[in-house]
Amino acid sequence: MVWDGTLTPDEFEAAARTLCERWSSLTVSDLPLWTFINTSSSPSKAEFYLSLEDVYRFKNSDGVANNMKGEGTCSADEVDDDKYATALAVTCNQEAHVYDFHIVYSFSYRVPVLYFRGRRIDGQPLELEDIEKDLPQYALRTLRESKWTFITWEDHPYLHRPWYMLHPCGTSEWMKLLYNGEASAVKDAVIQQYLACWLSVVGQAIGLRIPLELHNKFL
Amino acid sequence: MEEEAVKYVWEGAVPLQIHLHESEVTTSPPPPPSFVLAPRVGYLPLLVPLIKPHFHGMLPPGVDTVWFDYNGLPLKWNIPTGVLFDLLCVEPERPWNLTVHFRGYPGEILIPCESEDSVKWSFINSLKEAVYIINGNSKTVMNMSQADHLELWRSIVKGNMESYLHVSSKLKLRTVGEDLKARGTSSSQPRQSGEADVGVPSRTGRIPVRLYIRNIGEVHDGLEDARAIVSWDEISYINRPVEFHKEEGKPFTLQSAIKTLLPEFFNGEPILNDQQLTDSETDPKCEDCSGKTEGEEETSDRKNGEPSCLAVKESIQLIRIQGIEPDWDVPFSWVVNNLMHPEHYLHVCAFIGVSPNEGERRL
Repeated sequence: MVWDGTLTPDEFEAAARTLCERWSSLTVSDLPLWTFINTSSSPSKAEFYLSLEDVYRFKNSDGVANNMKGEGTCSADEVDDDKYATALAVTCNQEAHVYDFHIVYSFSYRVPVLYFRGRRIDGQPLELEDIEKDLPQYALRTLRESKWTFITWEDHPYLHRPWYMLHPCGTSEWMKLLYNGEASAVKDAVIQQYLACWLSVVGQAIGLRIPLELHNKFL
Repeated sequence: MEEEAVKYVWEGAVPLQIHLHESEVTTSPPPPPSFVLAPRVGYLPLLVPLIKPHFHGMLPPGVDTVWFDYNGLPLKWNIPTGVLFDLLCVEPERPWNLTVHFRGYPGEILIPCESEDSVKWSFINSLKEAVYIINGNSKTVMNMSQADHLELWRSIVKGNMESYLHVSSKLKLRTVGEDLKARGTSSSQPRQSGEADVGVPSRTGRIPVRLYIRNIGEVHDGLEDARAIVSWDEISYINRPVEFHKEEGKPFTLQSAIKTLLPEFFNGEPILNDQQLTDSETDPKCEDCSGKTEGEEETSDRKNGEPSCLAVKESIQLIRIQGIEPDWDVPFSWVVNNLMHPEHYLHVCAFIGVSPNEGERRL
């Protein structure tokens, strides 16, 4: 049977654990850590989502956004010194945007879904127009072409507040393509790599840069 | 028979009495309330064109961003109006008294609603999700023409069932026709003859369900003393497909479906069937079981306030769908085919509480 690109809830949990472990063992990363947030939307049923909060994003002079965590201990991950300096300079101008990312399992689509929100340093929430400025060009194009089916406001399934959501309806299809069918034999391997692969795609769409090392780990 | 029930759903409406929020009153006396009949399958923002003229010229200066509240709780416009009513008005109040605001949109609680387009796409995206659940992909929605999308949406706005049935037939969704033959015995439930023949070959066997769980605390004589909701954190929300589990010779009933979503309320013993529900309703009145412990579980804090504290033997007191409280042994297929919303989701409100005898047992 060919794998359809989806995960069961248990597989999602396994995939999430692997992601967290790999992420925390990264040697070069200026990003905060993914953490498990336990929740129960129904009594006695343990559920969780993954959370990566306080990701700072600074605008470079060339318009490419960078991520780094808030403590200011940013190692210059793939950023050359000039850009790094610019980023710092911009920080001083309070231009940084702070993002929170949550990965929630969708029981409907059986895939992970990315929820996110952004704010300014002073706590003022970012409107979609502000977020647009942080998006890569092609994502911006997609957003303009498919305003209602790419990124929209949704009720966060556990927090009951409006968050932005990256629409998941095509996820299983492209995940299947990423693995090109070959992985169907070793489901375990698929699960181990699933969230890193998935993140590399959705992260690109919204300008969250995933450390390369995450991928090297399992190549 | 079947169509008749669907027609009832489409014609269902909640009479609203809408007051302008006092902070926005600029006239003396304040404008009288506006009366509107709100279709159950519709959404609150669709009523704005009816309400706005009523308050025209009486508002403070500024740009209109309309929203509603009930007893101070901002109403989520992306939930169908009938579901809001079923969920928030435990003891149905008619007319339902809502407050309208034209200013000060609570953006941290409610999804922004820029225009009717926001509502339309919220609907279409829900439909897409439902179709994905049912068919295993959303192709039939994705491949719909713009014109069909528009016709589908206009049918919701206008409450036009015929037009809706016409367009939605293009989604190629079969009706749920599972295990109808197995049912044969009891009662007055509508029959599902004919439907059984349809079978379920192309279906995944998954049914799109949105379940809203509200804790009403200690239940005394009836449910009307349930305290008002002040925050959405008090309501758990489960958006999860129900899978038909075929068990030999056993019909898959509404109870079976609820059991798959909330197994914790069915631990071992058959805690809940409607036999028992009826019993507890007709039970002699409980002399105020000094419901002090109640307060603790009532905190609005999500973690405490939810029905998660099972130590105090809570049970499902009531299931409400489309304004009715169906028998628990109705075949689930009947419930779905007749009571689902036009975006193909079945919205179920479950009220959790401790009934008097259970309370006594606890004390």
